[in-house]
Amino acid sequence: MTVTDVLVCALGAVSLGAALRVVTSKHLVRAGLWLVVALGSLAGVYLVLTAELLAWVQVLIYVGAVVVLMLFAVMLTRAPIGPSDDLDRAKVPGVLIGGGAGLGLAAVLVDAYRWREVGLSDVEPGDAGAMGREVFTSWVLPFELLSVLLLAALIGAIVVSRPDVGQRSR
Amino acid sequence: MTPDYYLILAAVLFTIGAVGVLVRRNAIVVFMCVELMLNAANLTLVTFARINGSLDGQIMAFFVMVVAAAEVVIGLAIIMSIFRSRRSASVDDANLLKY
Repeated sequence: MTVTDVLVCALGAVSLGAALRVVTSKHLVRAGLWLVVALGSLAGVYLVLTAELLAWVQVLIYVGAVVVLMLFAVMLTRAPIGPSDDLDRAKVPGVLIGGGAGLGLAAVLVDAYRWREVGLSDVEPGDAGAMGREVFTSWVLPFELLSVLLLAALIGAIVVSRPDVGQRSR
Repeated sequence: MTPDYYLILAAVLFTIGAVGVLVRRNAIVVFMCVELMLNAANLTLVTFARINGSLDGQIMAFFVMVVAAAEVVIGLAIIMSIFRSRRSASVDDANLLKY
């Protein structure tokens, strides 16, 4: 095992443990905070994979924005502060279906590479310069489409969440 | 390095997210589990980018993050308006479309 393997195993263990706590925690707010740990350690995994820009974007968007938004939603829906016991449905079918899907997925992915060693010394790191060149040369159209999608999502969120919009026309 | 560590990590993370979506009842926790699944998919994309030595997978992961941010905005707006009309954020209470 090399240094990167050890790093990935450690970060992956942190991420998996935190993800398990997200799914099993009885406190809504704590589930959100464990999500921060899970996504933050995934950012570490991205760094190990030399996806530098992606790691920082992960920290900015997920840890910074998405989790804060979710904690706001927890507060706005007046969730109970303490532990709440009615958070779970029947466990057995869900665990069976999800576990079966996950096992199949892991089998397919592992079967594709069969623990082969992949030489990775000469890979261009995904820092901001390289990513920017790539985005603005061969990925311009999806980039522009995504900006339109973001604008549509913003307007849609405003329309959905304002009770007075749409009632005037009726 | 072998890519299998990353791929197994992504598969297990996806499994945890999928089980969470199926098992949890509060809509916001369901959302958190969807984020976990999206991140697992992102991890496989970045791993494949690393294997192939190109940046395309990383850019796709980047775009997935943007779509995920839009999805969270819309989803939370829908949760808020459901909460406003039904006084509950539980997915079991949002059953109007069930026959």
